[in-house]
Order: sequence, then C-alpha cells, then structure tokens
Amino acid sequence: MYEVRFHGRGGQGAVTASKILATAAFLEGKWVTSFPFFGTERRGAPVTAFTRVDDRRIELRSQIYEPDAVIVLDRSLMSIVNVTEGLKNEGVIIVNGKSGNLKEAGKFKVGYVDATSIALRNGLGDPSHPIVNTAILGAFSKISDLVSLQSIKSATTDMVPSKKKENVNAIQEAYEETELN
Amino acid sequence: MESVQSHRKIMTGNEAVAVGVKLAKVKVIAAYPITPQTTIVEELADMVANGELDSKFIEVESEHSAMSAVTASEASGVRSYTASSSHGILYMHEPLHWAAGMRLPLVMSVVNRAIGPPWNIWGEQTDTFNQKDTGWLQIYCESNQEAMDSILLGYKIAENKKILLPVMNMLDAFTLSHTSEPVDVRNQKKAAEYVGDLELDSKLDFKNPAGYGSLLGPDGPFMEMKKDMRDSMYNAIGTIKNEISNFNEQFSAELPGLTDNFMMEDADYALVTAGAISSTAKYTVRKLREKGQKVGLIRLYFYRPFPGEDVLKAVKGLKGLGVVERNLSFGQRGPTYEDVATSLYGRVDIPIRNYVVGLGGRDIRVKDFERMFEDLVEGDNEIEWVNVGVK
Repeated sequence: MYEVRFHGRGGQGAVTASKILATAAFLEGKWVTSFPFFGTERRGAPVTAFTRVDDRRIELRSQIYEPDAVIVLDRSLMSIVNVTEGLKNEGVIIVNGKSGNLKEAGKFKVGYVDATSIALRNGLGDPSHPIVNTAILGAFSKISDLVSLQSIKSATTDMVPSKKKENVNAIQEAYEETELN
Repeated sequence: MESVQSHRKIMTGNEAVAVGVKLAKVKVIAAYPITPQTTIVEELADMVANGELDSKFIEVESEHSAMSAVTASEASGVRSYTASSSHGILYMHEPLHWAAGMRLPLVMSVVNRAIGPPWNIWGEQTDTFNQKDTGWLQIYCESNQEAMDSILLGYKIAENKKILLPVMNMLDAFTLSHTSEPVDVRNQKKAAEYVGDLELDSKLDFKNPAGYGSLLGPDGPFMEMKKDMRDSMYNAIGTIKNEISNFNEQFSAELPGLTDNFMMEDADYALVTAGAISSTAKYTVRKLREKGQKVGLIRLYFYRPFPGEDVLKAVKGLKGLGVVERNLSFGQRGPTYEDVATSLYGRVDIPIRNYVVGLGGRDIRVKDFERMFEDLVEGDNEIEWVNVGVK
C-alpha cells in the first residue's frame, strides 16, 4: 500500500488533488481511497487530504500517520505545520517553491517546483488564489513512480470542470521544471 | 459486454447514495440539509433540476417536516426518500414512529454523526442507535458500494408485503460520506426492473377517502397491530436473506448476510462491529492472523431486525467475544452488548466484553483494535474506553 498526505490551504484544491491522484492510480488498475482530513473547511485555513493506493481493495480507513509521500501546496504552511511528521525514510516530499531548506532533507527524496508561477502563467487562479493542485501532481509523477505522467493528465482531464488544456499544460511544465534535491 | 472499469466509478459515499436513489426510481424526495448529509441532498437536487431524475423535490423547513412529507407521499403509494444526520434524526424521532406504525416502506439514509453538546460534526453512531426501537429496519454500511446497493435492497425489502416496514441505511460521517473510492454503478434498467413499481394495497386516495392512524382504544386492535408489526420485523430475517442472495445474483454483488463473518471459522477471539470501522477491524484481523493469532470479526450489516441466531452460530467455539460500540448509552452497557448478550444468554458460555470507541469522530486505528484483542484475554473493566485520555 502507498499512502500520500497533502497539505494545503482551503481553496487551493488539496482535496481535489487527492482525488485526481486516486483517479490516476485507479486508471492504472489500482484500488484507491481519497479523503479529506475530517474537518470544517474555510478558505485560507490549513487543509489536509489523503490518498491510499493498493493492488487490492483497501480496508484500512484510519487517517494516514506514516505516509510514503507528502505534497505541500503552500510552503507558508511549513512554519505552522510539521509537514514531514511520520514521513517514511526515503519517502517523497514535493514542495511548491523554487527551493528550500527542509529540515532533515537528507532522509527524504525532496522535489521543489514553482507551481504557483506555473499555475498563473497557465491562467489557473489569480495571484491571490493560484490553483496549484494540478501542477504539483506533475511534479509528483516525476519524483515518485506511483503513477505515470499520462495518468495524471487523463485523471485531470476527467475531473476538472474547465480549463482542461491549461491544467494539462501546467502538469507537463511542472514535470519538466521539477528539481530533485 | 461492458468492462468492469466502464461502470466502476470513483465516488464518495454520499454520491453513491444519491445514485442509488436515482437507480431506485424514487418519485418524491423531501429533505433538510445537515452536515455531513448535505451533499446527498445537493446531488439529488441537481439530478432533479437537470432532468436526470424524474422526481418531486420538496424543500422543507425541518427534519420533522421532511419525515412528515415523505410519510404522506409514501402513503399515497409513491416511492419516497429522505436523508438526515445527528440532531436532524433526533428531531425526526416522533414521525419515525408514525412512518413505521403506518407500515410505510420508506427508505432513508442517515450519515452517522455525533450528538451535542459539545457541538461536533464528526462520526459516531449514537444518533441511529437512539432510533433502534422505532420500528425501522436498520442497516449499517461498510463501504460506498454497500451504501449504493443498500438503497436498492432497502426498497425491495421494505416493500415486501410480508414486511412493509421502513428501512434506515447508515453510513459513517466522513469515513464513508466524504471518502472517495471505487463503486460499481448498477445498471439503471436492471435496477428499475429489480425494484419494480411500488404497489400498496391501501393508499391515500381522494376519490375514496379514508382515515389512517386514528384513535383506537385499549380494547381496539391497537395492541394487535403493534404485535403484528413486531412479528413482521422479526419474521423478516428469512426474507432478507433470500433478497440478499437474489440481489447478489442479479448484480454480481457481494452483500454479506445479516452478519458478515470474517475469518471466524477457527477463531478463538472475535470482535463485533457495525459500520465503516469494520474495515479497519478486518485489516487488523488479517495482520494478527499473519502473526498466527486466531482472531475474527462479526460485522452487523443488519442491526434491526437483530440477527441473534446468526451471531450465536458465529460465536460457537470462541474463548472470548468483544462488542465494539461507536455509540454511548448511560447507566448501562452499550446497546449492541445488550443485544449480543441477550442472543447468547443460556445458550453458550463465552465471556463478553464491551468497548466504546470513536466518539465525536476520534480516529479508530489498527493499534486500537490490537489493544481490544489483547484486552479480550486479560481485561476486567465493566466497559473499556479505547483511546481515551491520551490526547
């Protein structure tokens, strides 16, 4: 079983990202669940969402405490949330940012991508509310071999209500621009 | 033939419920929104608005009115539906008795949520355990697939002329209601054929006015009618078993019996659960089995009628049984414990312990189930509170 935890802020699309990732794995024939941290959501407030992927029907329904990967949609969260909490050794962490100095970075596979700039130049959201959830998944598919880039694109095309082409472009650009630290 | 993938979709429990209602060709929906049930009602309102579902959607000002509205529409012989949660279902308590007492085959979904105070929107089953004596059949779902299938099965059972009692379908707040997972969407044509058309022998009719639920004195058939209702509920067990087999055959589905006995054949110790926590319990049982521990699980898919004989059969040979409650009763052990103990009393001699878990949405983890299995061997408290006082 492979477990992913998303950190974002209300309105950034962390919950949708967890569903797109689940759908991408589902398209590859896997069993999946995706769920938000069971809270009340408000725009701007910290949001956590989860995705589980396995080869068989998933029975485990508790929250995820020891993820294989963490995806951070908003790096400003890193000063208030311990985003690497429980992350497995050699686990993957993707951060929305040009670069950074993650604590204990040597334990993990760290990827940085400027998803905010990529989203904005593709017309996804506006400077105060960039929609970075699809771009960051492009970055994830580069660092992790959980799902292919093509499956992320297909799942996104299935799930986003508008700007399908722009989202796919953002995913491709993020994939190309992601830097492994 | 269609491939599995083509009708297997990723959906939340609430979406699966709404699709189930559409598949069942429901004609009247009256509901009042409440977290975490809201997206069921929103989804259905969308389906009605865009013409996908040919149904009358009645907006009401309260849950009491929602149940009263569907009681009236169902009494006119029109298949009707509502959904609620938590304080909404408590407010509905009085008309729940009316709907069941009038022998109306309604189906309702309840997204199990805690009861305040303190205010809390998260998962817990006290809301519907408080309704176990209203004359409604009660089904606790473990997955989004079951949440969809149990709507169709629910109408089929409720409308059976030997039963004619309403069905309450439960799904846990967030753990199912807002969790996305693959669901096989049943074929609309097959589903419509399966549920058929509602035909009540007696219904409200403007051309032939009649009174329903009117006054009956102590010597009238009041007590006889209550006995008939109680008998119908109890005798429904055989019909339910047949209908579940029938459903599984028609839809290549995997609904369990009234109980879902998991790795029970040679088990020494077992837990009894209801609802979505059962999945994590199964995961734990599998893990402990790999370590050589002979453990098992009895999941109550149906809670009313209570499948006492099935539980009795499943527990034979056990050295210890633990009954897990995601609900709370004051001044006595939990309701599931009482029902299990009543079913076993004088027939097997197995120590039974009682656990309270997951109130107000507290996460229920593998280590919690592991602890319960440990406690089955060595515990001695009257009721064991699991994962309490550690936060």
